[in-house]
Amino acid sequence: MILSVRDLKVSFRTNDGLVRAIDGVSFDLEESEILGVVGESGSGKTVSLLAVMGLITDPNASIEGSIRYKGRELVGLPARELRRLRGNEIAMIFQDPMTALTPVYTIGWQIAEQIRAHQNISKAKAMVRVEELLAEVNFPNPHEAMSRYPHQLSGGMRQRAVIAMALSCNPALLVADEPTTALDVTVQAGILDLVRKLRATHKSAVVFITHDMGVVSELADRVMVMYAGRVVERGSRMELFSDPRHPYTRALLGSIPPLTGEKPRRLPAIPGSPPSLLRLPQGCAFGPRCPVHYEPCVTDRPELGIGTHAAACFRVAQA
Amino acid sequence: MSGPMTDSPILETRSLGKRFSIGTRFSAEGKRTVHAVDNVSLTVRRGETVGLVGESGCGKSTLARCLVRLYDISDGELLFEGEDITSKSLSELRPLRRRLQMVFQDPSASLNPRRRVGDLVAEPLRIHGKLSSREITARVAELFELVGLLPDHVMRYPHEFSGGQRQRVGIARAIALNPDLVVLDEPVSALDVSVQAQIVNLLADLQEKLNLTYIFIAHDLSVVRQVSTRIAVMYLGSIVEEGPAEEVFATSAHPYSQALISAVPVVETTPSGTRKRIILTGDVPSPLKPPSGCRFHPRCPIAVDRCRTERPELREYRPGRKVACHFPTV
Amino acid sequence: MIYAILRRFGQMLFVMFGISVIVFLIFFATPGADPAARIAGRNATAEVLEAVRHNFGFDRPLYVQYVKMMEKIFVTGDLTSFVNRGWKVVPAVMDSIPVTLSLVFGAAILWVVVSIIIGIVAAATRDSWLDKLLMALGLLGISMPVYWLGEVMNLITQSRYHDSWAFSWVPPLGYKNFSDDPKGWFLTLVIPWITLAILYIGIYGRVLRAAIIESLQEDFIRTARAKGLSETRILLRHALRTSLIAFVTLFGLDFGALVGGSALLTEVVFGLHGIGKLTYDALQNLDLPMIMATVMYASVFVVIANAVVDFVYILLDPRLRTS
Repeated sequence: MILSVRDLKVSFRTNDGLVRAIDGVSFDLEESEILGVVGESGSGKTVSLLAVMGLITDPNASIEGSIRYKGRELVGLPARELRRLRGNEIAMIFQDPMTALTPVYTIGWQIAEQIRAHQNISKAKAMVRVEELLAEVNFPNPHEAMSRYPHQLSGGMRQRAVIAMALSCNPALLVADEPTTALDVTVQAGILDLVRKLRATHKSAVVFITHDMGVVSELADRVMVMYAGRVVERGSRMELFSDPRHPYTRALLGSIPPLTGEKPRRLPAIPGSPPSLLRLPQGCAFGPRCPVHYEPCVTDRPELGIGTHAAACFRVAQA
Repeated sequence: MSGPMTDSPILETRSLGKRFSIGTRFSAEGKRTVHAVDNVSLTVRRGETVGLVGESGCGKSTLARCLVRLYDISDGELLFEGEDITSKSLSELRPLRRRLQMVFQDPSASLNPRRRVGDLVAEPLRIHGKLSSREITARVAELFELVGLLPDHVMRYPHEFSGGQRQRVGIARAIALNPDLVVLDEPVSALDVSVQAQIVNLLADLQEKLNLTYIFIAHDLSVVRQVSTRIAVMYLGSIVEEGPAEEVFATSAHPYSQALISAVPVVETTPSGTRKRIILTGDVPSPLKPPSGCRFHPRCPIAVDRCRTERPELREYRPGRKVACHFPTV
Repeated sequence: MIYAILRRFGQMLFVMFGISVIVFLIFFATPGADPAARIAGRNATAEVLEAVRHNFGFDRPLYVQYVKMMEKIFVTGDLTSFVNRGWKVVPAVMDSIPVTLSLVFGAAILWVVVSIIIGIVAAATRDSWLDKLLMALGLLGISMPVYWLGEVMNLITQSRYHDSWAFSWVPPLGYKNFSDDPKGWFLTLVIPWITLAILYIGIYGRVLRAAIIESLQEDFIRTARAKGLSETRILLRHALRTSLIAFVTLFGLDFGALVGGSALLTEVVFGLHGIGKLTYDALQNLDLPMIMATVMYASVFVVIANAVVDFVYILLDPRLRTS
C-alpha cells in the first residue's frame, strides 16, 4: 500500500463562513496503480490531493483525518520532514504547463534543482540525469532542450518537461492535476501514452485528476467520482464504466455526446449546476439535481459503503 | 442539429486570408507577417451549423472573427447573402451587425460586472432597435424565457449567476436582435461537464425556433460533432477537410483529421488500448515559418516527396466532401 | 549587439538634438524675453543693448546661433556663460560631475541593498509585527522631505551632537576629491548618502515587498514547493528573481533623473557643488549656455541609464531575449 487516506476533511474559514471543501474522503492506492479522480469544479478533487502533498498553505485551512504514505502519517508531519518527501517520493504535475515553470530559468536548471534538492550529487552529474529524463519523455533533442527557457517551448513540450521534473527522483507516488486539460487532444494523446509508459518503467503509483470521463476510461485502473467534496462512487474502471451506479456518474456519462454512431437529437442533460460549498443541501448534495431522488435523500446523507465498487446513494443501497 | 435547410448560402468566403504583422523593422528578425488564415473558401448555408475544428493556433478563432468582420480581411472576399462585405466601412456594416452576432468562450469576461443582466440583454435592443422602453422590457422577458432564465433574474448581476447561467445571458444578448447568423467561439469550454449538455441543447432548440445559422468553434470534438451539420478541419490557417459532420468523423479522408479524431479519449468498457490511435509527432509548426508544400507533411505519417514540394488544393472528391491531400483515404 | 549599441547611440543623439532645440527655442522664442535686455540689465540705453546684441551674436539668425552654440559645447568646448563672462561652461560641468556621481552612486548602492533586504524580510514575514514595522518605517522615510531631513541631519551631526562620540567624525560640509583624500571623500558623503537614500529605501522596500508577495501567488511557486525546495530557496531563487523587474524599472528612472540633477536639494543642503546646484543657479540667472550644457549632460545620462536598465532586463528575463 502506497497511500491510504482515511476520512480526510479540509475546510477553509472565509468571510462568508466555513467552507468544507473536502468532507470525509477515504481511498487507498496500491503500488504502480493509476487512480482516476473525476469531478467538476468545486468537487474537491484538487484540494484533496493538495492536502496529500502538504501544499495547502492557506492559514485559514484546517485539515483533519489521516493520510498515510507507506504507513507513515503525513497529517501533522513537520514541514521539514514533509519537504523531504515532496518532489522526492511524492511528485506532482500541475494543470497549466504555461505557468507551472519559473520563467527565468532554463528547463535543465529547474530539473537539476529538484534532483539536487534531494540527492547529494554534483551539478554535472545532475545535468547528465536531466538529459536522460528529457530523452525519456520524448524530447527530440534533449541536450538542446536543457538550455531552453519555458517560453521557448510549446505547451505540450512544457508539460513533458514538467513530467520529466516530477519523475527526476523516481517518485513512488505521482499526483497529476488535470495535466492535459490545457492541451490539444493531439498533444493530450501523447501525454497519456507517456504516463502509461512511465507507470510501467518507473513503477510509480499515479493519482490522475480530471473532469474528462474519456481520459479516465483510457488511463485509470480504478476510478473515484467526486461531487461537492465527497466521493459519490468508486470502483475499478470496468465496474464503473460498464455498470455506473450513482445517478451522478450515470448522468455525467450520459451527457457526453457520442463520437460515433447516431447523434441523439438532444443530449440527456443534468439540470441545474453544482452546488456552492457554502450552501450545501442538508441531505444528499446531488439530490436537487437527481432524477431519482426521494424522501430519504432530502434529510439524510448517503454513505459510500464498503466494497471495491460502491456508490453513496440510497437507491443503490436499496436495490 | 438539424434545422429547416435551404440551399441558399448565407455567408460565403472566397480565398479569404488574414495576415498579422509582428515586430518592427528594428526588431532582431525585422518585420514579419503571419498568415493566420490563408486561402479559405467556405460556404455557409442558411439553417446549418458549420463546426470549425483544429488545434490551438490553427486559425479557427481568427477565421470566425473575420466572418463577422471583427477583424479586417487581408485577402479574398466575404459575401453575406451574396453581397460583398469584404471592405465595407464600420458605418456601412451597422445594419448588418444586427444580423451577425458572436458568443464568446468566457461568459464572465464578456459581461460587464457592474450592470444588471436585464440591462445587458436590453443594451443591443436600445442601440439597434426602435422599441419603446416598455417593448424592450417585454422583449427582455421573452428572451429570458427563451434561454431558460427566470423572469426575476433580470435584476441580478452577472456574478450572482453560475457559469451556465451566465452563458445563457450571453446567448440571450446575442439573439436579442433576431440575428441570422451566430458565431459561437468555444461557448461551452469554460463550463462544467454537467452543464455543457444543457447549453448544447439550448443552442439546438434556439436554432430550430429562430431558424438560426451557426458557426461553432470548440476544441471538444464530440461536442462539435453533436452540434454541427458540417465540419471544416483547419490546420495552420487553411481548411484541410470539409464535409458532413458524421461522415467526417466516421470516414475522415485527411491524415490530420484522422489523427485528430483518433486522439479524442472516449469512454470505453473494453480493456484499454484497443482503439486505434494515431499519435502525431512534433508540434504544430510556427505559422511564421510554415513548412513548404503540404503544411502537414512534417507530422504526416504518410508523407512522400511530393508532399514536401507541392501544396495540395482543397478539392471536392465526392459531392459534399472536400479534402486537401495528395493521398486522401477515400 | 553592435547594432543595438549603434541604435542606442542614434537614440541618444536624437534625444540630445531634440532637447537642445527645445531649450534653445524656449530661451529665444519666448515672447517678451529679449536675452540682450536681460544681460544688459535694467535701464540700459539703446546703444548698450545694440552692443550686447552684437557682442553675443543675437543679431544673427537663430539657426546660426544654435549651430555656433553646439559647436562651442561639443567641438571647441569654449562656450562661456552669459552671466559670468569668461566663465567656461564645459569645464564647470566637468568639475561638477564627480560630485553628483559620488553622491548618487553611493546613495544608490545603499538604497538598493537596504531596500532589497527590507523587501525580502517584509515579504517573508508578511502580516507579522516585523513586516508592519518595516512598512511603517518605509512610509516614514517616504514622507520626510529630503531638504528637511538634510537640515535635521546637519543640525544633529554638525552642531547639536557634533561633539558627542557618535558624530565627532563627521567633517564639515563640502566635497573632497576622491583622488586627493579618499577617506575625507567617504566621510563627507556618508550623511548625504543616508539622507538621499532614505526616501528611496522606503519606496523600493514597499515596491519589492508587493512584487514578491504577488510572485508568491504564482503557479510556479507551487511547483517549487512541490519539488521539495526550502522556503528560503523558493523566496530567493524563484520569487525574488521574478520580482526584480519592477524594481529595476523604477531604479532606471530614478537613477537617471538623480544623476541628471534631481539630487539638487541634497546637494544644496550639504554644500555639494554638483550638477543639480549648477543647473539650479543657471536657471535662476537664465544663463542659457550653462542650462544648455547641463541639459546635454543630463540627457546623455538618462539615455545611458535607460540602456543599462534594458540590458539588465534582458539579463533578468529571458523572455525578452529575441531568438
